[in-house]
Order: sequence, then C-alpha cells, then structure tokens
Amino acid sequence: MTYEADAYSLGLAGREHRAADAPVGAVHATLCRKSRFMPGRLPRGGVLFGPIALLVIWQLASLIGILPEKLLAAPTTAVATFYDMIVEGTLAPHFFASATRAYLGLGIGVALGIALALASGLSRVGEASIDALVQIKRAVPSLALIPLAILWLGIGETMKIAIITTSVLVPVYINTHAGLRGIDLRYVELARTVGLSYREFITRVALPGALPGFFTGLRLAVTTCWTALVVLEQINTTEGVGYLMSRARDYGQTDVIVVGLAIYAVLGLTSDLTVRYFERRALSYRRVLGA
Amino acid sequence: MNAGPRPDEFGAGERLAVSVRDLARGFGEKTVLDGINFDIRDGEFVALIGKSGSGKSTLLRALADLDDDATSSGVIRIPDNLSVLFQDSRLLPWQNVIDNITLGLRDADARDRGLAMLRDVGLAGRENAWPNELSGGEQQRVALARSLARGPSLLIADEPFGALDALTRIKMHELLFRLIAVHRPTVLLVTHDVDEALVLANRVIVMDEGRIIRDIAVDLPYPRDKTHPHFADNRRALLSALGVVTHV
Ligand SMILES: Nc1ncnc2c1ncn2[C@@H]1O[C@H](COP(=O)(O)OP(=O)(O)OP(=O)(O)O)[C@@H](O)[C@H]1O
Ligand SMILES: [Mg+2]
Repeated sequence: MTYEADAYSLGLAGREHRAADAPVGAVHATLCRKSRFMPGRLPRGGVLFGPIALLVIWQLASLIGILPEKLLAAPTTAVATFYDMIVEGTLAPHFFASATRAYLGLGIGVALGIALALASGLSRVGEASIDALVQIKRAVPSLALIPLAILWLGIGETMKIAIITTSVLVPVYINTHAGLRGIDLRYVELARTVGLSYREFITRVALPGALPGFFTGLRLAVTTCWTALVVLEQINTTEGVGYLMSRARDYGQTDVIVVGLAIYAVLGLTSDLTVRYFERRALSYRRVLGA
Repeated sequence: MNAGPRPDEFGAGERLAVSVRDLARGFGEKTVLDGINFDIRDGEFVALIGKSGSGKSTLLRALADLDDDATSSGVIRIPDNLSVLFQDSRLLPWQNVIDNITLGLRDADARDRGLAMLRDVGLAGRENAWPNELSGGEQQRVALARSLARGPSLLIADEPFGALDALTRIKMHELLFRLIAVHRPTVLLVTHDVDEALVLANRVIVMDEGRIIRDIAVDLPYPRDKTHPHFADNRRALLSALGVVTHV
C-alpha cells in the first residue's frame, strides 16, 4: 500500500511545484493558503486510483486462488466474457432493453417531477393538493408498490416503467420544490421594486433560483432509475441486464454477474457525469470551491 | 423647519415629490413608526439618520410598499417611478451585469441605456460578467446603475454604502453625487454616518423611536468642506440629536 501514499504525495508535490513556479507573489500566497485548508487538486485521472487498486487486488486474489471462480470471477475472466457476449451479439439486446426502460422511466419521472414541483411551488392550491401526497410517497419505497402495480398494470413493461417513474419523480420533485420555496425573499423584494410581471418573476427569478435544487434531484434520479431496474428485471422478462444477471445466478456464472455489475456501474457513472456537465454549464455563475 | 425653496445644486423646486401624513406602522403589538409627517420637494437630497432600531428601514419599506406584514395607517403620496437601492447590492447571481441593470425594463433601448449607465459608473466592458466576479464596491456600482437606468424621479436608499470600506465609500459618494447631478432624482438616503449625511444631503431628518425629532437644512455649498465651521456646527447639532455628546 505504499503505492497509495505515493500517489497522494504526488498530488501534493504537483501543487507545491505550481506554487513555487508562480511568477507573482500574490498568486503564490493564494495557492499556499488554499492548500492549508483544502487537499491539493489530484493529478489527472487521480480519482481512478482506488478502483484500479481494487481491481489489482481482486485479480491477484483470483490468481492465487483465495477467491474461487464460483464465488467471484476474476476481472480478466469477466472482460473475456464481456468480449464474447459482444461478439456473439447476446449482450446488446439486453442492454438496450434495460436502457430503454431506465431512460423512459427517467424521462417521464423527471417531467412529472418538474411539473408537480412547479404546480406546488408556485400556487397554494397546488401545494395543498400535491405536497403532502409526494411526501407520503417519499416514505413508501417504490419497490413496495410493485405488488399493487402488478395488480393494476400487469407484469409487462408498463408496470416496470411506472415503478421507475414513481421512484424518479420523488427526488426531482422534493429538490425542485425546495428550490422554488427557498428563494431568497430579498430577490422577491427586488422583483417588486423593479416592477417585474408575474411571468418575468417566474422566468428570471423563481426558475433560475430553483435550478440548483433541480440538478441535485436529477443527479439522485439518474442513479435511482438504474437501482429500481435491478429488481424489476427479475419479474417476468426475458430481456434486460437484470434478467441476464438473475439467470447467471441460477447457472452459477459469476463472470456474467460481474459483467452486469460493471454495466450498471458504468451507466450510473456516465449518467452522473453527464448531469454534472450540464449542471456546471447551467450554473456557471457560481464560483464554488472545487468547481 | 424648512422655510421655502432654496436655490442650490440639486435645484429643489416648489413641487412636492413625497408627502407623508400621520404615518404609523406596527408589527403585532409593537408600534415602530408613529405620527410621521414630512414632505420632500422635487430634487431635494434628504438624508435620514437615527439610532439603530429607530425605524428608518421601516419607513423606507413603507415608502417602497414592501411592508405587507405590518399594520399600517396614514397617507403616503409618492411618485410611481421610484427606485430602491438596498444595503446589499441585490444582484441576481444568475443574470449577467447588463441583464441585472435592465431587469424589468421593457422598452427597446433599455440595453443601450443600461450600457451607458454601466459606463457612467465606471464599469464599461463588464456587461457580460457575472455578479460573483465583481468586488463588493463594483457590485454596488452595478446596483446604482440598475436603480438609475430606470430614470427614477425618486431614489430611496437604505444604507447603500454601509458594507463598503471607507475608501470605496468616499469614491461612491463622489460617483453618486455626479450621477445625481446628471439624472436629478429626488433622493432619500438612510445612513448611520453623520458625515455621509452632511457631505451629500441638503436636508437631514433625524428619527428616534419611530418619530421624527429633528429636520435640519444643510445650507453649505457643494462640494462640502468638512473643515468648514458650519459643517462642524451641523455635525454637533446632529450628534446631539442622536444623543451623542461630543467634545470636538
Ligand atoms: N418585520 C418585522 N417584524 C417585527 N418587528 C420588526 C420588523 N421589522 C422591523 N421591526 C422592528 O422595528 C424596529 C425598527 O426597525 P428598523 O429596521 O426600521 O430600524 P432601523 O432604524 O432601520 O435600524 P438600523 O439602523 O439598525 O437598520 C425594530 O425594533 C425592529 O425590531
Ligand atoms: Mg435599517
């Protein structure tokens, strides 16, 4: 584990180097001061250190036999399986089936969440009729609704997408609504003194003010939609990454399970990165530590 | 106490810009303003001073119609096109500088006027900056540009320079003075600072416990010379009205 210590001090050394090289005294001082309160910026790709270390240990454990194949396949085995599944064309349909469910549910859930948050954040009638209901829904795990959803909507795609929609809706609603309700009253006063119309107030004050909350909700939502999928794809389906994994469990194919997990991880991460990219662009007016 | 119009730099006229009669404001059981009566003539620059908690902000909020939560009585006559300058610059962080300045302006040349105002406050070229990228003094200058860009006939300001350092404050006084001379709104400015009041205003109103206790005309030529004996006289009068005894 000396490697870890090395990588860390590498980051520190990199930063101090920059500070020493800085031509202007003021710049030097700022960098140094910053460094005392915050860890230095990691070098490019530095965040990947942990995952890579885990992979190396995992592979070694498999090689020397501490980790038997029937408990967990080695990373290299999983990569080989992944390659075979791609070449044979057995992976793609499952992947697209899952992605369609997840993103359809996400799209509908986000749209509904925004609509409800606006209705409840901007009107008293809306708040009276919507807010408590969503708060109650929040207390009930979406997956607990599956039995009812099956009775109402059957065991097909509609039910699956409906469940994903309800689980996505909640974080989007809660955070957007909080953003709308939490608008600084000083800005409301300003809007009055400069004579904004209601419409201008909504578009120039209320919505931009709620945007950070919305993005928080969206980031939760993109991971939630994949989480719900894992469970849903064990119900009456012959397609989807979740189905692939539960079948692999029956056959004891740990390599396929690892492939499925990796797909979830990659999708979750890329979704989150995508949202963060748009968040950074939309909220570029904020200068936040670490931005 | 103010007898007749005075010819001075702000050209205070005979017409009344503001007229307040028997104004009272309270919050719950607490009376905050009581029996407030005063007039401000067109073009006057009035400073409002008073101890902390004496009701200055409450009075301004009543004038700006920002006090729905208060129990109120009395009559306020005030121009429609008034601008408010707050102690914080109150720029919308998600709008760039020029959009902040033209906020709520709907006419076609609003942007051009906004840019001209921005130049006047010495921030030409910063129209696309985010408020967060400006210093506190610069933000307050943008706020000043915003309030003047709508061509107000009355500008009311609640300690607009209170959060600025002494040096920036002096610069802001000069800037405000210059802009007022050009745009000629009537001004009502709340301040804690007796010197600020005496440097800028041609009339100082002193409040205490929700009432007006003094109303002093400042007949000194502009730019004001702090070493002028009358300046010191006025200063002493105001400080004693505020309950501060000086030996200066
Ligand atoms: N919304 C409110 N609810 C209850 N009391 C209030 C409210 N606003 C003001 N007050 C009370 O009214 C009194 C006058 O407050 P105000 O803000 O007008 O004072 P001020 O003269 O502006 O003081 P400062 O110089 O410190 O700004 C204070 O005692 C304050 O507690
Ligand atoms: Mg005040």
